[in-house]
Amino acid sequence: MSRKIIPIVAVASEAGESGGPGEGVGLYEASKKIYPRSVHGMFARWRWAVVFLTQLVFYGLPWVQWGERQMVLFDLAARRFYVFGLVLYPQDLIYLSGLLVISALSLFLFTAVAGRLWCGYACPQTVYTEIFMWVEHRIEGNRTARMRLDAEPMSLEKLVKKWFKHIVWIGIAMWTGFTFVGYFTPIRELGMAFLQTQMGSWEVFWVFFYGFATYGNAGFMREQVCKYMCPYARFQSAMFDRDTLIVTYDPQRGEPRAPRRKGPDPRTLALGDCIDCGLCVQVCPTGIDIRQGLQYECIGCGLCVDACDTVMQKMAYPPRLIRYDTQNGMEGRWTRPQLLRRVLRARVLAYTAILAVLVSGLLASLVARTPFKVDVVRDRASLARIVEGGRLENVYRLQIMNATEQQRRYAISARGLDGVAVASEPAVTVDAAQSRWVAVRLQLPYGVTPSGSHTVYFDVREEGGGAQVSEKAVFLVPR
Amino acid sequence: MSDFISHFWSDYVAVLSLLSIAGCVLLLWLTARKRVAADADNTTGHVWDEDLREANNPLPLWWVGLFVLTIAFGLAYLAIFPGLGSFKGQSDWTSRAEYDTEVARATRELAPVYDRYATLPAEEVARDPQARAIGERLFMNNCAQCHGSDARGSKGFPNLTDKDWLHGGAPDKIVETITKGRVGTMPPMAAAVGTPDDVKNVANYVLSLSGEPHDSLRAGLGKPKFTACAACHGIGGVGNEALGAPRLNDKIWLHGYGEAAIVQMINEGKHNVMPAQEGRLTEAQIKLLASYVWAFSNPPAATP
Repeated sequence: MSRKIIPIVAVASEAGESGGPGEGVGLYEASKKIYPRSVHGMFARWRWAVVFLTQLVFYGLPWVQWGERQMVLFDLAARRFYVFGLVLYPQDLIYLSGLLVISALSLFLFTAVAGRLWCGYACPQTVYTEIFMWVEHRIEGNRTARMRLDAEPMSLEKLVKKWFKHIVWIGIAMWTGFTFVGYFTPIRELGMAFLQTQMGSWEVFWVFFYGFATYGNAGFMREQVCKYMCPYARFQSAMFDRDTLIVTYDPQRGEPRAPRRKGPDPRTLALGDCIDCGLCVQVCPTGIDIRQGLQYECIGCGLCVDACDTVMQKMAYPPRLIRYDTQNGMEGRWTRPQLLRRVLRARVLAYTAILAVLVSGLLASLVARTPFKVDVVRDRASLARIVEGGRLENVYRLQIMNATEQQRRYAISARGLDGVAVASEPAVTVDAAQSRWVAVRLQLPYGVTPSGSHTVYFDVREEGGGAQVSEKAVFLVPR
Repeated sequence: MSDFISHFWSDYVAVLSLLSIAGCVLLLWLTARKRVAADADNTTGHVWDEDLREANNPLPLWWVGLFVLTIAFGLAYLAIFPGLGSFKGQSDWTSRAEYDTEVARATRELAPVYDRYATLPAEEVARDPQARAIGERLFMNNCAQCHGSDARGSKGFPNLTDKDWLHGGAPDKIVETITKGRVGTMPPMAAAVGTPDDVKNVANYVLSLSGEPHDSLRAGLGKPKFTACAACHGIGGVGNEALGAPRLNDKIWLHGYGEAAIVQMINEGKHNVMPAQEGRLTEAQIKLLASYVWAFSNPPAATP
C-alpha cells in the first residue's frame, strides 16, 4: 500500500529568503498584512450569496415578531427560550445538544465531500472579513491603491480615508453587537433604551464586547484567527480523504510555468498553462500560493479558481487550471462524472444516514413534545404524618412548567397504591410560560399498606388539552 | 488570617508561583533569541519518521505580545490581590468583605420593596400578591425545613394552617414567635399525678376531653388527678397561650395520638424548641413572613 502523502508546506517567508540559510530565522515574526485583490467569478458570487443569506438571517431575525413577542428570543434572566412557536425551558437542553450534534455532523459531511466549505463560505470570521474588506475596497481603492496608501507618509487624504474606513467599520461592528444582544434582550426595547440612553450596564458591555470582537477580528486579525486561534481549522484535515474535493492546482497541466505572450500554443514553447501571473496569490485571503499544494492555511474559498479562470479565458486556454478536485482524481486524471461518483462513498453515506436519523428524531420529538413538564420533590421536612380521620399523609412539592403561551389548568391525581388520594387542591392554574411550585398532599387509609417505602405515580393532565405527564414518587409509611 | 500552620507553606507557594512566572519570562526570552537554520524550502532540518519534515512557521508577534501581557497581568494580580501564599496584596481585598458589601447593597436595593409594607397592617400585607410571593420564598428557605413546605408540620412540629396556636395566632404574636423563638417545656408529671395507674387514668381523661375513644371508668378516676395538669393546661384542658400550654380538648395531637403517647408524655415530659430568627432575618422580612403564615388560618374571603 502506498504511503498517503499530503504535502503541507508553508509559504517561504520573506525574512527567511532575505536572511539566507546561514543566519537562520527567528521563531517569532511580525505578521505581514495581506492585501487581497478583489475578484469576480462563480465562487466569488457564491460567497456573496452566502454573506447576504446569513446576514439577512442574523440581522433580520430579532426584528420579526411572533404574536405579542419577539420570534426568536433567548431570555436568560427568566430562563425561557422562545423559538418560533416553542417555549423552551433550561430542561429542554437536549434539543440544543441535538442541534449541536447535527451541526457537528453536517460539518463532517461537508468537509468529507468538499473540504473547508464552512470556512470558505459561511463562517462568521470569513463573512465579516469579506464585508469589512468590501468597505476597505470602496474607501481605499483596490489592492495596489491600498498598498500605495499604506506606504505613503501621512497626509490629509490618507487621514480622511483611514478615519472614514474605521468609522464605517465601527458602525458595522456596533450594529452587529447590538443585534447580538438583541437575541437575549427584546431588540425593540433595547433600541428604545438606547435612544433614551438607558441601556443596562451588562447590555452596554456585551454590545461593546461583541462589537469590539467583530471590529478586531474582521478588521485586523482576519486570517490570523483561522491560522492561530481556530481549533476547527486545525483538526478538520483529519476528515479529508483521497476523494475529498479540495482547491487544487493542476501541476501536470500548469508546469513548467512561465510568462508569455498571448497566442501560440504553450506546448510548442515547451511550457505548461500557468503563465505565472501570480493572481491566484494576490486574491488569496490567507496569502498563500495554492500552486505549492494543499496547505493548512487554505480555507477552501475558491477565489483563486475564479482568478485563474479569468486569466485562462484571456489567454484562450481551457479553464480550471486551479479547480475543486480530489487527490485520486488528480492522480488518475479522472473526468468530472468519475469524481462525482466517488462522492457516494461509505464515509459520506454513513454521515448522511446518521444525520437523517438525528434530524428526523429531533423533529419527531419536537412535534410529539408535551406542552408542560412536571418535577416531583418529596418534602424534606416530614417523612409521614397522621392526620385527622386516621389517615397517613405524605407531602410533595410539584413544579409544573407551562410551556405554552396561555394560562393553563392542570389536574393532579395519584395512583399506584390502594386508596391513595390527593388531599390538596386537585387542580392548579399556571400562568403562560411560567412554572409554579405547589405543595401536594397524598393520603392513604391507615393500616392498609405495610410500612416502608412504596412507589406512587402522579398523573398531571392538562385540562382541555388532554396531554398528560406521569412522574414517579415515593410514599413512606411509618412503622 | 492564614490557614497555614507555619510560614514554610506560605513561602513555598509564593516562591513556586514567582519561579513559574520567571520561568515563563526566561522561556520567552530564550526562544526569542533562538535562530533556526532556514533551508530553501523553509524547513528547519528536523526530520521524523523517514520523511516528515518540520516547517518553520514563525509565531506571530501579537501572540508573543499576549504572552507578555499575561505575565504582566499575573504579576499585577499577585501584587494587588491575595494569591502569593499568605501575602494579602496591596488592596486588602477579602472575600468576606466582598460578601458583606454585596449583602449591604442587596439590603439597600431591597429596602424600598419592604418599605411599602412597613406601615400596612399585617392583614392587608397578607392579601398583597407580591408580599405573599416574598413570604412564600422566605418560608421555603427558613421555615419549611421543620414545618413542611405546606406548613402543616408533622409530629412535634406544629401545623401552621389550623386555628390552634400554642402561643397565640394574632399577627403580632406570630412576629414575636419568629423573632424570639419559643421554648415549650412540660416537666415530667408522673410524680405529681401519682401511681402509674393514675397516669393511665389521666391519659384516658385527656382522651375523653376531645371525645376520642377512651375507657370512661378510668377517665372518671383520672379527672381529679388532672388538677396537677390544670395548672398549665387549664380546667378541662382549655390550654393557656400565655404559657404555651396546648389545648387538650381538641383533635390536634402534636406529640402523638393515643393512650400510650399521652402516658409517655406525662412520664417523660417534653422540651420543644423553636429557634429565634432575629439574627437571620430582618424585621421587615419577619413581618412579611408573619403575614404569610397568618393567612394560612385566615384565608382572604374569596378573592377573585
